[in-house]
Amino acid sequence: MIDNLKNVLLFAAEGPLMVPPQELAEQISTAVSTAAGPSAATNFGYLVAAVLFIMGIKGMTHPRTAVRGNLLGALGMLIAVLVVLGGEQVNWWLAILGMLAGSAGGVWLANKIQMTQMPQLVALFNGFGGIASVLVAGAEVLRESAPDSDVSVAGFAAGLTGLIGSVTFTGSLIAAGKLHELPQFKKSWSFSGQQWVSTALLVVSLILCWEMTDGSGGEYFLLVMVAFALGVLLVSPIGGADMPVVIALLNSYSGLAAAAAGFVIDNNVLIIAGSLVGASGLILTNIMCKAMNRSLANVLFAKFEASGPAADADEVYAGKIKKTSADEVAMMLDGVQRVVIVPGYGLAVAQAQHVVRELADLLEASGVTVEYAIHPVAGRMPGHMNVLLAEADVPYDQLKEMDEINPTFSQCDMAIVIGANDVVNPVANTDPTSPIAGMPILNVSEARTVVVIKRSLSPGFAGIPNPLFAADNCLMLFGDGKQALVELVAAFKEN
Amino acid sequence: MDYITAITIFVLAIFIGFEVITKVPSTLHTPLMSGSNAISGITLVGALLAGSGFWGGLFGFLAIVFATLNVVGGFLVTHRMLAMFKKK
Repeated sequence: MIDNLKNVLLFAAEGPLMVPPQELAEQISTAVSTAAGPSAATNFGYLVAAVLFIMGIKGMTHPRTAVRGNLLGALGMLIAVLVVLGGEQVNWWLAILGMLAGSAGGVWLANKIQMTQMPQLVALFNGFGGIASVLVAGAEVLRESAPDSDVSVAGFAAGLTGLIGSVTFTGSLIAAGKLHELPQFKKSWSFSGQQWVSTALLVVSLILCWEMTDGSGGEYFLLVMVAFALGVLLVSPIGGADMPVVIALLNSYSGLAAAAAGFVIDNNVLIIAGSLVGASGLILTNIMCKAMNRSLANVLFAKFEASGPAADADEVYAGKIKKTSADEVAMMLDGVQRVVIVPGYGLAVAQAQHVVRELADLLEASGVTVEYAIHPVAGRMPGHMNVLLAEADVPYDQLKEMDEINPTFSQCDMAIVIGANDVVNPVANTDPTSPIAGMPILNVSEARTVVVIKRSLSPGFAGIPNPLFAADNCLMLFGDGKQALVELVAAFKEN
Repeated sequence: MDYITAITIFVLAIFIGFEVITKVPSTLHTPLMSGSNAISGITLVGALLAGSGFWGGLFGFLAIVFATLNVVGGFLVTHRMLAMFKKK
C-alpha cells in the first residue's frame, strides 16, 4: 500500500504535463484498489467506473469521439450502481422506487428542454447533485453508530458537504430561475450591505463546520440552513450576462460536494468522480473570467459599473452611421471569397440560427468560404453558441474559436455581425478607462466590410456606444435579426 | 480507509481532471458541463448506501431521486446535444 502510494506521488512529482493521463489513472487505480474500505470486489468495480469516467471525459476532447465518451461515462455510472446493488446492503424498495422516479423526471426534462434553455437545465441539475450530496451526508450524520474511527475528519467532511452542497442547491435554483427569466427575478433582489451579510454567513458556516469535528453532528442541520441562505445571497445579485461564470462555478461546487461526501462515507469513486467535475468546473470558470477580463471576485461581488462620462453615443455616432439594405448587402455578397459570421446571443433569442445556415449554404454553393467566429461568452453558458449552431446543422468544422479566427479577419471580405455588440467593441482595446477595457474581442473591423444586423444603435450589456458602428468599413442593416436575414436570403437568391 | 490515502486520491484525481479537461475545445464546453454534471451524480452511490431509521431512510430516498435525476437527465441531454455535432 505504502509503496503504491509512493509510486503515485513520484509520478505526480514529475509534473502534470509530462504524465499522460492514462498512466496517471493506472497509478491511481493501483492505489485505489489496495485501499481499505468496502470489499475488494466492490472497490474494483468502483475503479472500473472511475477509469470509464476519465476515458469518457477524454472522449470529449473531439466532436468525433464525444458521443462515445459520453456513453462511456454513462456505462461507468451503470457499473458503479450495479456494484453497489450487487455487493452491499441496500434497501431495495427505496432504491428501486427512487431510481424509477428520478429516471422518469430525468428523461422527461432531457427530452423536453430546448437548446436555448440548456443553461437553466444544467443549473437545475447542478442543484439536484448538490442537494443529493447534502442528503447523503445528512443521512450519515444521523446514523447512530459511526462506521469510522476517525470521527473528527468525517465530521468536518460532512460539514463541508453540507456547506458546499447547500450553497450549490439554492444558488443553482436562483441561477436557473434567473436564466429562465421567471417574473420573480425581474426585480433585483440585492440590498445594500449584502456582501457583509454573505461574509458573515460564510464565517458562521465555517465555524459550524469546525464544530462538526467533535463528531456529534448536532450542528449539521443548522449549517445546512445557513448555507441555503448563503447560496441565495451569493447568486441573487449577479446579472444575466455573468451567468456563464456562475453556472461554471456551481458545476465545480456540485463536483466538490460529491467528493466531500466521498470523504464522509469512505468511498473512492465519489472522491475521484467528484474531483474530476470540480476541476472541470474550475477550468471553465477561469476561461469565462478571462473572456470577460474580470476576476472571479469581481464577477461575484462587484457591481458591473455602467460607465458614466466617457460614453456619449451622439458624439461617437453623429453623421458617421451608414445604413444599408438587404438588397445592397446581397449585391456585395456577389463576388466575395470569404465571409465570417459573428453570432451573438441576440441571434439565438431571435431563433435565427436556421436562416443563418440557409444563407451560409447559399454562399457556399456559389463558392464562398463561410466560417463562424465564436466569442467565449457568446451564449449564456460556456460553449452555448456552438450547440445552438450545431442544432441548426452548422458543421462543427466551420465554428472557429476567437484565438483561431482573429488573425484571419484581414483576409476576410465581409464580416456579418448578428446580435452581438460588446464582444466586437474595439473600445476594449483602445480605451483603458472603458468598463470593458482589456476584454478580448473579435477584431471584425479588420475585415474589408463589416455588416452589423441590429435593431437600433442601443448599447449592449456594458452600456457603452460601439465605435465599430461608425467605422468607415461598417454598414448597419437595421431590423429584427431573423427578418433581416430572411430578406437577405431572398435578395441573394434573386441575384 | 485512512484519510491520507483519500486525500491523495482526491489531489491526484484533480490533476487528471485538469490534464484531460484543458484539452476539451470550447466548441464542446456545454456538453462537457452537462456530461461532467451527470458524473457528479455519482453521489447516487452514496445515496444507495445511506439510510437507517426513518430520517436516514427518507434522506437516502430523496437523495436517490435527486441524484438519479441528475445522472439520467444529464447523460441523456448530453447525448442529445452531441448527436447534433456533425462534420461537413
